[in-house]
Amino acid sequence: MKKLLKNDAFQTLIASLLCIVVGLFLGFIVLLFINPSGAASSIVEVIKNFMHFSSGKLRLKNLGNTLVKTAPLLMCSLSVLFAYKVGLFNIGAAGQYVVGSAVSLYCALALHLNWLLCILLAFVAGAIYAAIVGVLKALCNVNEVISGIMLNWIALYGANTILSNVKEPTSPYTLHITGESPSSLIPSLGLDKLFNNNSYVTIAIPLAIIIAIVILVLLNKTKLGYELKATGNNKNAAKYAGMAEKRNIILTLMISGALAALGGAFLYLSDYEQWSCSQSSVPGMGFNGIAAAFLGGLNPIGSILSSYFIQHITNGGAYVDLTKYSSQISDLISSIIIYLCGFVFFLKYAISSRLEKSEEKRARKAIADHEKGGEE
Amino acid sequence: MDQQYAIEMLNITKRFPGIIANDNITLQLKKGEIHALLGENGAGKSTLMSVLFGLYQPEEGVIKKDGVEVHIKDPNDANRLGIGMVHQHFKLVECFTVLDNIILGVEPNKAGFLQKGEARAKVMALSEKYGLHVDPDALIEDITVGMQQRTEILKMLYRDNEILIFDEPTAVLTPQEIDELMVIMKNLAAEGKSILFISHKLAEIMAVADRCTVLRRGKYIGTVETKSTTAEALSAMMVGRNVNFHVEKKPSKPGDVILDVKNMTVASKGHKKNAVNDVSFKVRRGEIVCIAGIDGNGQTELVYGLTGLEPLSGGTIELCGKDITKAPIRRRSTGGMSHIPEDRHKHGLVLDYTLEDNMVLQRYFEPEFTKMGFLRRKNIRAYAERLIEQYDVRSGQGPVTMARAMSGGNQQKAIIAREIDKNPDLLVAVQPTRGLDVGAIEYIHKQLVAQRDAGKAVLLVSLELDEVMDVPDRILVMYEGEIVGQLDPKKTTQEELGLYMAGAKRDEVIS
Repeated sequence: MKKLLKNDAFQTLIASLLCIVVGLFLGFIVLLFINPSGAASSIVEVIKNFMHFSSGKLRLKNLGNTLVKTAPLLMCSLSVLFAYKVGLFNIGAAGQYVVGSAVSLYCALALHLNWLLCILLAFVAGAIYAAIVGVLKALCNVNEVISGIMLNWIALYGANTILSNVKEPTSPYTLHITGESPSSLIPSLGLDKLFNNNSYVTIAIPLAIIIAIVILVLLNKTKLGYELKATGNNKNAAKYAGMAEKRNIILTLMISGALAALGGAFLYLSDYEQWSCSQSSVPGMGFNGIAAAFLGGLNPIGSILSSYFIQHITNGGAYVDLTKYSSQISDLISSIIIYLCGFVFFLKYAISSRLEKSEEKRARKAIADHEKGGEE
Repeated sequence: MDQQYAIEMLNITKRFPGIIANDNITLQLKKGEIHALLGENGAGKSTLMSVLFGLYQPEEGVIKKDGVEVHIKDPNDANRLGIGMVHQHFKLVECFTVLDNIILGVEPNKAGFLQKGEARAKVMALSEKYGLHVDPDALIEDITVGMQQRTEILKMLYRDNEILIFDEPTAVLTPQEIDELMVIMKNLAAEGKSILFISHKLAEIMAVADRCTVLRRGKYIGTVETKSTTAEALSAMMVGRNVNFHVEKKPSKPGDVILDVKNMTVASKGHKKNAVNDVSFKVRRGEIVCIAGIDGNGQTELVYGLTGLEPLSGGTIELCGKDITKAPIRRRSTGGMSHIPEDRHKHGLVLDYTLEDNMVLQRYFEPEFTKMGFLRRKNIRAYAERLIEQYDVRSGQGPVTMARAMSGGNQQKAIIAREIDKNPDLLVAVQPTRGLDVGAIEYIHKQLVAQRDAGKAVLLVSLELDEVMDVPDRILVMYEGEIVGQLDPKKTTQEELGLYMAGAKRDEVIS
């Protein structure tokens, strides 16, 4: 047990779970303040999510919906995580996600390209868009957070402009891919059958998990990962060792941007949502990716679990009793929980320092006992 | 009788899981004395001081102040008892002025408004009294290391501390500043302050301390009067055997020119003047050439230019007959240049990488360690284990130890192992023994001479006079970015070297 407690991965897990519990509790308190009568049942609904339904078929269908949105979140979380391992804070993931969404939608709706081509073009576009941040950082020492945030807005309005060409005539929403260009939809390969014919469930979900594993391997087993992490940990030492640290910074952001853009393509090429060309705020997916990355302990496998959790409670928020609360309540509750996710590393630190202290105390006592025994 | 001691630490024992850091150690500091605490890295000096500052609680033993037993639970208790410390790495706010730093934490105020006039008067009076010259309005980032240290000392005096601890205070100073510090310490002691001087530089201890307590591997070895002992005897106490101060080496047999630097010029970051100005020299096979000089006279920039960390603004460099003036760092490294950097934390190591990952920092891309883009972990482990064994690099968990968790001496040994094992034609070693203990210094000097004898060219950059006199076959003195003298260590004296270093003497050097 003690050995387990000292294990780094286990500590992260415990800290993450603690964050979740505290987050849920705080959400509950907020609900209590707004309207005490529905608080308990509402928070239970959030946790239950698709279990809200009594029929097994509906449960499966709604679990599928949660998974459909988990895939893009996982990609954004991998994007943030990858850059973070190299010492860069890619808050621009939100904008790169928008670029990926826009390019994939445009390729599908205007050019009627095959789904694989749509994904690849989104991937390339995300990489190029993030390269702007990388070049500014590497060559002009512009902080990646500043340029990332600016580019997020440019991406949003750029996307709105381009996608206005492929929107429904009477609404701000883009056309349905199903009607316009069925070959642009990511195939299900039978996965939809597993979720009660939920046609939005596509191979994007297993693909995202495979990409998480690829990132894990890339970071830990390859020469490129070795170089990138060295650059992130100590860019002076990387330079001293002859690594091209400027190239590494640009390359890192390109990979990071490509990952986020894939997230956009994964969501919109399933036709689950339509892009609203009148939206005036950057979609939260990229920002939630930051929370998911930290909640997952900055580990790609952890990201899979944390992305699912965050999407689970976000979807669960939809089942809060809207006769007692305003419709924004679901976003409020999930954002409180996501906010708490940022505290994972603080809690982890608290756990390990507490552990060290108690160990020292025990060692001291053991020695004292031993000596007492010796004297007797 | 007890009254004569300002602080007594009696029979202190402090254990950590698996190790006894302090084993029944007694340290008695008399009022008005300078008491040296001598020991190698890992001898338990830091732990003992942490106990005195209340950072650790000892399992056994008592601490007495003026003969009365005290319990020090945290650093605030230590401050209240008048104990102050100048850390090896200064604790100063870079963008604050000297005065602001001195009053930091004990700012005199009326209803929340600073009363700096009062503070200034007190600081200036103290500065006058002890000969601690500082400019109270200068920013820390603009002043010399020596003045930063005087600021730290004033910080202690401003708080009316009676017991002053200096943790390896000379490691960062130039020879002139060291002399000044010695005078200051003696002044302080004469005014009744009690000084604890932590060091492993024997010459300084012999020069300034009244008594010396020696620790070795957590054990108390003894306390001696410096008047009645010698540096040799102290060092034997410290390392448990006789240490050879003099570097044993046969006369050098210089061969082909390996490094040929012509008219090298490197621009300075802060000033208009060039940091390195029109410097030319050669290093041959089988010789150790030392660049000597006071810190900040262009040595760092010279090495940066040589190794590719900074671009040259003029001149050429040839390595083994090939022009490498514009070559990237990687090509210099694979072309036969090894570099033991000045700052092992900044350049030499990735501190959050394991020891084995650091061991391949210069070679990870070679086919032995990378195949198809994947690291060959088994080979890396085997290679690291061989270096650890061969160069006696000690660490808690062997190859998987985090570099951050290793002692400074072993970090340096790891770098030296890595750089020497590359089998270079030219070894550039910049202050390779900085901050290390006698045993490690002896080891590193032997390695440098061994490289020379194996037919390598060695370029040593050093600030330590003993090292400059002892190790190289040829000395080049740098002053304000230029080489102002070439000396033969066998024929010159420390005094003559000092004159060149201070810019009082210069020759036209033709190499």
